[in-house]
Amino acid sequence: MLATATARWPFTRAVEREIRVFSRLWRGTVFSTFLNPIVFLLAMGIGVGGMVDEHSGEVAGVHYLAFVVPGIMAASAMQTAAGDSLWRVLAGLKWMRFFHAMVATPLTPADVYAGKVTWTGMRIVMSSSVFLGVATVFGGVLSPLGLLAIPSAVLTAVTFAAVITAYAATQDSEAKFAVVYRLGVIPLFLFSGTFFPVSQLPDWVEPLSRLSPLYYGVELCRMFTTGDPRWGVALVDVVVLIGIAALGWRWGTRSFTRRLTT
Amino acid sequence: MSMEEPLVMARGLTKKFGDFEAVSGIDVQVERGDVFGFLGPNGAGKSSTMRMIGCVSPVSAGRLRVLGLNPRDEGPAIRARLGVVPQEDNLDNDLSVGDNLTIYGRYFGLPRAVIKERAAELLEFMQLAERRDARVEALSGGMKRRLTIARALINQPDLLLLDEPTTGLDPQARHLLWERLYQLKLRGVTLVLTTHYMDEAEQLCDRLVIMDRGHIVAEGSPRELINRHSTREVVELRFNSMEDREHSVPRLADLSGRVEPVGERVLVYTDNGDATVSAITSNGVHPAAVLVRRASLEDVFLILTGRTLDE
Ligand SMILES: Nc1ncnc2c1ncn2[C@@H]1O[C@H](COP(=O)(O)OP(=O)(O)OP(=O)(O)O)[C@@H](O)[C@H]1O
Ligand SMILES: [Mg+2]
Repeated sequence: MLATATARWPFTRAVEREIRVFSRLWRGTVFSTFLNPIVFLLAMGIGVGGMVDEHSGEVAGVHYLAFVVPGIMAASAMQTAAGDSLWRVLAGLKWMRFFHAMVATPLTPADVYAGKVTWTGMRIVMSSSVFLGVATVFGGVLSPLGLLAIPSAVLTAVTFAAVITAYAATQDSEAKFAVVYRLGVIPLFLFSGTFFPVSQLPDWVEPLSRLSPLYYGVELCRMFTTGDPRWGVALVDVVVLIGIAALGWRWGTRSFTRRLTT
Repeated sequence: MSMEEPLVMARGLTKKFGDFEAVSGIDVQVERGDVFGFLGPNGAGKSSTMRMIGCVSPVSAGRLRVLGLNPRDEGPAIRARLGVVPQEDNLDNDLSVGDNLTIYGRYFGLPRAVIKERAAELLEFMQLAERRDARVEALSGGMKRRLTIARALINQPDLLLLDEPTTGLDPQARHLLWERLYQLKLRGVTLVLTTHYMDEAEQLCDRLVIMDRGHIVAEGSPRELINRHSTREVVELRFNSMEDREHSVPRLADLSGRVEPVGERVLVYTDNGDATVSAITSNGVHPAAVLVRRASLEDVFLILTGRTLDE
């Protein structure tokens, strides 16, 4: 089955490399991909949540833990995607140059890019499944529809990975990567309806949250884990995320081609 | 592909980076079974040419066919049948020695069983079998180079491209590599290599082109090139200072051979070294050291360009 898949989609061979590397190095990533979100879950959901529920009862119609679980899920997906798509990409292009080795084979720069982004999505399948399981044990998932939060988190991660990987391939050094985190990832992490409803923001700021791709990812995850699916809204969320991912994909194919075939 | 079609065929091949022309309209033809070399100094355009042949760098102008196909339209199909050893090592540091071969084989879509068999053979051939489970970072420069060559052979390529295979290696590691490359040649693998070592070109190449500043300045077998462009022997005079050299050059002017000053040395080209040495001493020139040797490709390059290969 794998053999026919690789014949039709050469990029799956690039994914195989990532799987092989992961099987060697996964121990080093356990904290950032698996434990980090769970630590957040405990601190925010149980710690802060206990306090919030005591004072105000509910947030957006559910107890705080149920509110924050999908937020952490989508935000971690974004964070993992960002962490995977900056330094790792320059390693392949410049520091270790393994992407250059790949394009000397039948693989094209587009395959290399697709393999990298696809792998990030696959990692999120693993990490968000574990997270969802733990959150369910703590009572943070209110509906079996919550399972749909896994593909939602994966879509969120792929969207961010598509754009950030494309961007990283335009950079010659890691100088700006810390800025991407400070001015990109962290503000989105905080202000996309992750830990509190965007309605809490000042009126003039609130609409700005709609500019954050993470907002749509959180909204999508939340309607499933809280068992409150609004299919029209879900459709908009999915279309926005896929739209951004598609633009990122075009950019990434070009930036990889420019970088790897000069 | 017909039997007669050359594996590489370039006509007026040109590579531009912006306004700068790195390769200026070169003609190259590599036949099956050949060991073909590009000999030239830094910046001659060797790597730029190799990258175009390797289908990872678009041709700016001219015609290029590799394995009878056009790299612009059939890059993946051509690359499937090439082995590439780039100038800069790009082994996968995240993987072990053995996994480097396995995963590279997978890039070609080879079945795992086939890869396993070939990888064991190649590690043996490149004398890396005991290092199969080692990390790549733990390898010496020579071992890394051998692993890169093993990796390039995993798909049993029709054509092996080697960009400066031995640059930066110590003499022992170089000789081991030359010997392995010679074995490949005996097995009938077609090799295209670049080098700025004339001894490497002389040892390995059936045919070569001398490249300088994007142009091909001469072409032929090592012997042909030497016979055509140089005398049989060279008298090397070494002086203690540039000043000494300056004084002596005018007094060498009436020698029959060509005279080339290079740093603190002067090279005199002649068909009879001993006679020339006598003539020099009787002219009253007394260098610190005198050496008579056979002409090499280095001399061909010097005569054609007025510069040395390592300048
Ligand atoms: N990507 C690039 N952008 C701009 N200029 C380049 C690029 N690659 C190579 N050049 C220039 O083209 C010229 C030829 O470079 P090339 O690497 O082909 O030479 P070379 O013969 O392989 O030299 P070396 O022995 O140093 O490897 C050099 O002047 C180099 O600076
Ligand atoms: Mg070079």
